[in-house]
Amino acid sequence: MDALCAPADKSIIDLEATELRLGLPGTSSSSSEKLQIFVGRSNKRPLGESSMEGSSNSRSSSSSSNDPEKDGCLGCSIPPSKTQVVGWPPIRSYRKNSLQHKKEEEAKFSGIYVKVSMDGAPYLRKIDLGGYEGYRQLLTALEEMFKLAIGEYSERDGYKGSEYAPTYQDKDGDWMLLGDVPWEMFRSSCKKLRIMKGTEGVGLTCSP
Amino acid sequence: MNYFPDEVIEQVFDYVTSHQDRNSISLVCKSWYRIERLSRQRVFIGNCYSISPDKVIERFPAIRSLSLKGKPHFADFNLVPYDWGGHVYPWIVAMAKSKVNLEEIRLKRMVVSDESLELISSSFANFTSLVLVSCEGFTTNGLKAVAANCSLLRELDLQENEVEDHRSQWLNHFPESSTSLVTLNFSCLKGEINLAALERLVARSPNLKTLRVNRAVTLDSLQKILSWAPQLMDLGVGSFIHDPDSETFYKLKNTIVQCKSITSLSGFLEVAPYCLPAIYPVCSNLTSLNLSYALGIPASELIKLIRHCKRLQRLWILDCIGDKGLEVVASNCKDLQELRVFPSDPFGAGNTVVTEEGLVAISFGCKKLNSLLYFCHQMTNAALITVANNCPNFVRFRLCILDPTKADPLTQQPLDEGFGAIVQSCKGLKRLSLSGLLTDMVFLYIGMYAEQLEMLSVAFAGKSDKGMIYVLNGCKKLRKLEVRDSPFGDAALLADPGKYETMRSLWMSSCEVTLGACKALARKMPMLNVEIIDDSELTVDEALCGGAPVAVTADGDDKQKVEKMYLYRTLAGPRNDAPEFVCTL
Repeated sequence: MDALCAPADKSIIDLEATELRLGLPGTSSSSSEKLQIFVGRSNKRPLGESSMEGSSNSRSSSSSSNDPEKDGCLGCSIPPSKTQVVGWPPIRSYRKNSLQHKKEEEAKFSGIYVKVSMDGAPYLRKIDLGGYEGYRQLLTALEEMFKLAIGEYSERDGYKGSEYAPTYQDKDGDWMLLGDVPWEMFRSSCKKLRIMKGTEGVGLTCSP
Repeated sequence: MNYFPDEVIEQVFDYVTSHQDRNSISLVCKSWYRIERLSRQRVFIGNCYSISPDKVIERFPAIRSLSLKGKPHFADFNLVPYDWGGHVYPWIVAMAKSKVNLEEIRLKRMVVSDESLELISSSFANFTSLVLVSCEGFTTNGLKAVAANCSLLRELDLQENEVEDHRSQWLNHFPESSTSLVTLNFSCLKGEINLAALERLVARSPNLKTLRVNRAVTLDSLQKILSWAPQLMDLGVGSFIHDPDSETFYKLKNTIVQCKSITSLSGFLEVAPYCLPAIYPVCSNLTSLNLSYALGIPASELIKLIRHCKRLQRLWILDCIGDKGLEVVASNCKDLQELRVFPSDPFGAGNTVVTEEGLVAISFGCKKLNSLLYFCHQMTNAALITVANNCPNFVRFRLCILDPTKADPLTQQPLDEGFGAIVQSCKGLKRLSLSGLLTDMVFLYIGMYAEQLEMLSVAFAGKSDKGMIYVLNGCKKLRKLEVRDSPFGDAALLADPGKYETMRSLWMSSCEVTLGACKALARKMPMLNVEIIDDSELTVDEALCGGAPVAVTADGDDKQKVEKMYLYRTLAGPRNDAPEFVCTL
């Protein structure tokens, strides 16, 4: 029985159309044997694109599990708190697949490592821009990494009060002061970071 | 009327366009039946298995427009196995053979093969319109045939279909002589598009009013397209990401300002929020806005955008707009008639959410609201009662609480009273979807008050057979009932067998219905197809021995519960294309 319990392809189980179901008291309670069956069966389904995966995984299984713990062998890859009901919430597969796709893309976006240099430092560092939600977080991280204080951004004066100015090189190759443009725009155009020190950095704040 | 010659009566009938009205006049007398059937051009068939194509052609030889629906609605949510049916090919073959002058085909939830598309493109010389909604089974090769051969094509509208991309460069196959396009929607296609070919196609289509592109179409290309088609009324944007400092973006902003006719905006399949201000100039004219596929726009940006859209009548949006965002909608969009709020994270913990508060705010602000689809994390009776009082004009009311059996969080009570208020107040309600904790009471209310109800969707609701019986007895205009995971059994199913002949279909899955009852019903009602769908295939023993799938038969134990049952009235008898796992009793 164990062989049948082990899901052949973990990614199928993790998809929205899963086998575990929240049953109401009184709904049909077919034997738990059926639970084990359809896991083994998932090998035989024609698993093509994700669109078909969704439908081919629709389990008519009347496996109401009033006790998720009991279905341990089936749910071995799903913590009980994440049990999902087949076909619920009622969203068209096309829409669900689009969301899934988008989320995967956004996950990709989180691996943007850029070099960070600081004037006078013997070596460079690297940080993942995808791990931050805004300038504040990024600046705090830089301050911690290099043990310095950069201070508050202001449109007029840049980072006045600090001897450091955080800058970045954009797609055109120009060195820009951090903070002028919206975060997302910065993140998509930043090639590398440089923390400028002293008088060189001060010159970046342009006076009208 | 009997003193008028047929041609005169026919002229009068020309003004009767709704198919329900035409059905009615055909019942008046034999001569009206004859005149009507010979002059009917638009035929709508709500269930493709309810009648055979030959019968349709025989009765309506002048048919020009065919609309067909295939799979049951719950197929949208993966409850119907992949190859259950709904094939359009036999229909196309029959139409082609009989040489009817078919011009339009509209299909929903059907399986459309490339072969079907090729046959369409080669059989009907005057073909102008192809609309496919939630269909599957075809690839870009089929589209190639349509583009290449339908020289008079005006409408190619693909909505939410699953289409395999075979890199067919189908768009290139519209001949240079093709200048008649009015509607082109390929937003659901996943593959690449030859942008230059698209731009040229748009440039030579002066009648183009609707253009919805897929994510492969860049902002760059969009700018060129819009400069060729300032007459567009309905625009679906693909990718909307660009450096706002660039010349391209600057050009786009200027081009958009020229598009004074755009009243419907959708898509934004990829979007950078900081690019959105470019569309503010068209917002004041918008009556329809669909941002339900535009993931990644924070609530603050959505709100800024909505503030410009004072004339909106239809809004489809993601729940990341939040309750606060819905308050802004309520105060800005006084003409709103249709609202759909979709979940951006259906299985997530639910940090940005909408709750009953958003809906209540909408009900205070948008008095014209008549159509709602609302996914939320919770709902209260008090909120539903308030909404019912504020908005008595609902025609469609669909509520989906993400936890399907959740009670009213304030009172821990079922939501019977809330939905009861809705059906009592909204006298014109035609479509209702329930969710949340519900007992038989809600069905009593529905049976009592929902006199115009045509379609009811039930999930995880009710306590006994009485619930379903209240509905079958009370709702005289009921056409479609679909139920899942509810304790309705044989007594409910067999309470009024005749009722099913007045309805299009009944779906019941994961309920308490037994095989024996289904068989009894099928015996009693020969005009119904009672289908048992069993895609669990193997019995225990066969699983252990690695056996082959067994066809579903009627030979099981009568007391056995039926997992999925779909019944529908039909003149065509049991269908001959049912797969192994479907048994028509």
